[in-house]
Amino acid sequence: MIRLENVHKAFGENRVLRGLTLEVPKGTSMVIIGGSGTGKSVALKCVLGLIAPDQGKIFVDGQDATTGDRDAFLARFGMLFQGGALFDSLPVWQNVAFRLLRGSLKRPAAEAREIAIEKLRRVGLKPDVADRFPAELSGGMQKRVGLARAIAAEPEIIFFDEPTTGLDPIMAGVINDLIREIVVEMGATAMTITHDMTSVRAIADNVAMLHDGVIQWTGPVKEMDHSNDPYLDQFIHGRAEGPIEAVR
Amino acid sequence: MILLSPLGALGRLTLDILSAVGRVAIFAALTLRHILTPPFYPREIAHALLQIGWLSLPVVGLTAIFTGGALALQIYAGGARFNAEAVVPQIVAIGMVRELGPVLVGLMIAARVTSSIAAEIATMKVTEQIDALVTLSTHPMKYLTAPRVLAALITVPLLVGVGDVIGIFGGYAVATQNLGFNPATYLKNTVDFLEMRDIVSSLVKGCVFGGIAALMGCYYGMNSGRGAQGVGRATKGSVEAAAVLILAANFLLTGVFFSV
Repeated sequence: MIRLENVHKAFGENRVLRGLTLEVPKGTSMVIIGGSGTGKSVALKCVLGLIAPDQGKIFVDGQDATTGDRDAFLARFGMLFQGGALFDSLPVWQNVAFRLLRGSLKRPAAEAREIAIEKLRRVGLKPDVADRFPAELSGGMQKRVGLARAIAAEPEIIFFDEPTTGLDPIMAGVINDLIREIVVEMGATAMTITHDMTSVRAIADNVAMLHDGVIQWTGPVKEMDHSNDPYLDQFIHGRAEGPIEAVR
Repeated sequence: MILLSPLGALGRLTLDILSAVGRVAIFAALTLRHILTPPFYPREIAHALLQIGWLSLPVVGLTAIFTGGALALQIYAGGARFNAEAVVPQIVAIGMVRELGPVLVGLMIAARVTSSIAAEIATMKVTEQIDALVTLSTHPMKYLTAPRVLAALITVPLLVGVGDVIGIFGGYAVATQNLGFNPATYLKNTVDFLEMRDIVSSLVKGCVFGGIAALMGCYYGMNSGRGAQGVGRATKGSVEAAAVLILAANFLLTGVFFSV
């Protein structure tokens, strides 16, 4: 289980998180929604230790995320970045098998390549993609490679940062289905941040809406449409009028 | 208040400079620690050795040969004013080995390697590749900074040695082909005049300049701002800082080696 308790983070005068409290039960898929700049990515990066919160605590399976063996902690996570964040200088298979080629999970290169090709196949890519470089791939293929890299070491917890941004609706649907399948198949705990309501309905067990640096509403995805929360209602229906001020 | 504002600005500038020096010093100390402690990344080190050392040879060789040739012409023309044309081999040798070799190689490395390192790492930062490294349990300084700085510490002194030899050869070629010097006498005068101290100072300067060049590329890349503008600023800042620090370090090292 992941638990964020009263997490605050400011960048200069800009107070992004103002007491974020959230629980993600083990083996469930939590999707965090909210407008741009509300701190969704910051929240994920705080859990991973990429950004240090100014205040508050983060626990993973009851253990403080800031203490203990950092490598062992990070080995439990996989992350799909918004832009893929593939390493340009490495061929696709070495990107996917990055964790398996070095560090505590190191395997022989031939075995790591086999696993990489298997994971590429799992996300619908042919083995001939393995030796290409990320710059030679389309946006959708890069997302799939990013997804293959996120699951390569079979992590217990997977984060997805805007998994469908920049993709056409059909490719977005393919990625949503893949995420759902993989999370169920692996029994992983997943946290996804997105603006895309189709993604939310496809991926989520639970939804949390972040607004003004705190969780405005959280609950099961099936209750989202009947929440009676004016903020959530405005967001999920994409209305310009409502309690959330739209910057024009 | 009006009188005090320049003092305030001076104070702020001093604090900014000192904090920047502190940040670079901490970055250098951390880099050194990552170079010396496992895990090591041999493939990254080999790649950096190739990029920084081997692939810099053409530009270093061309710079050195033209500089050595021009130096011979200048010394001959200048020396002729007081009948001292014969000192061309000695002055070319000492000029190349003590100053021009290390400084020009250092500056060429700053132009070629520092800019490339800064642009590459800054792009990795703005595209979240650095964050991805962390999530894959890989320390960015150990994976990106340590191999590059280590490779520069090893290869730039060698490049300086090669540059010294090629520069002396440039002077030799011009002196023997255009200025009528006897080849054997030219070489004998060159070898006789150079001291071990000259060669050691040249190689030490190469090591220091290489370290500065790679460190500045990594530092500015890792601390890049957002977007294309951030990458551009990081690249420009890294080359400016590396060039200025190389020239300042050259002055200090010349003082250390040759102040009698």
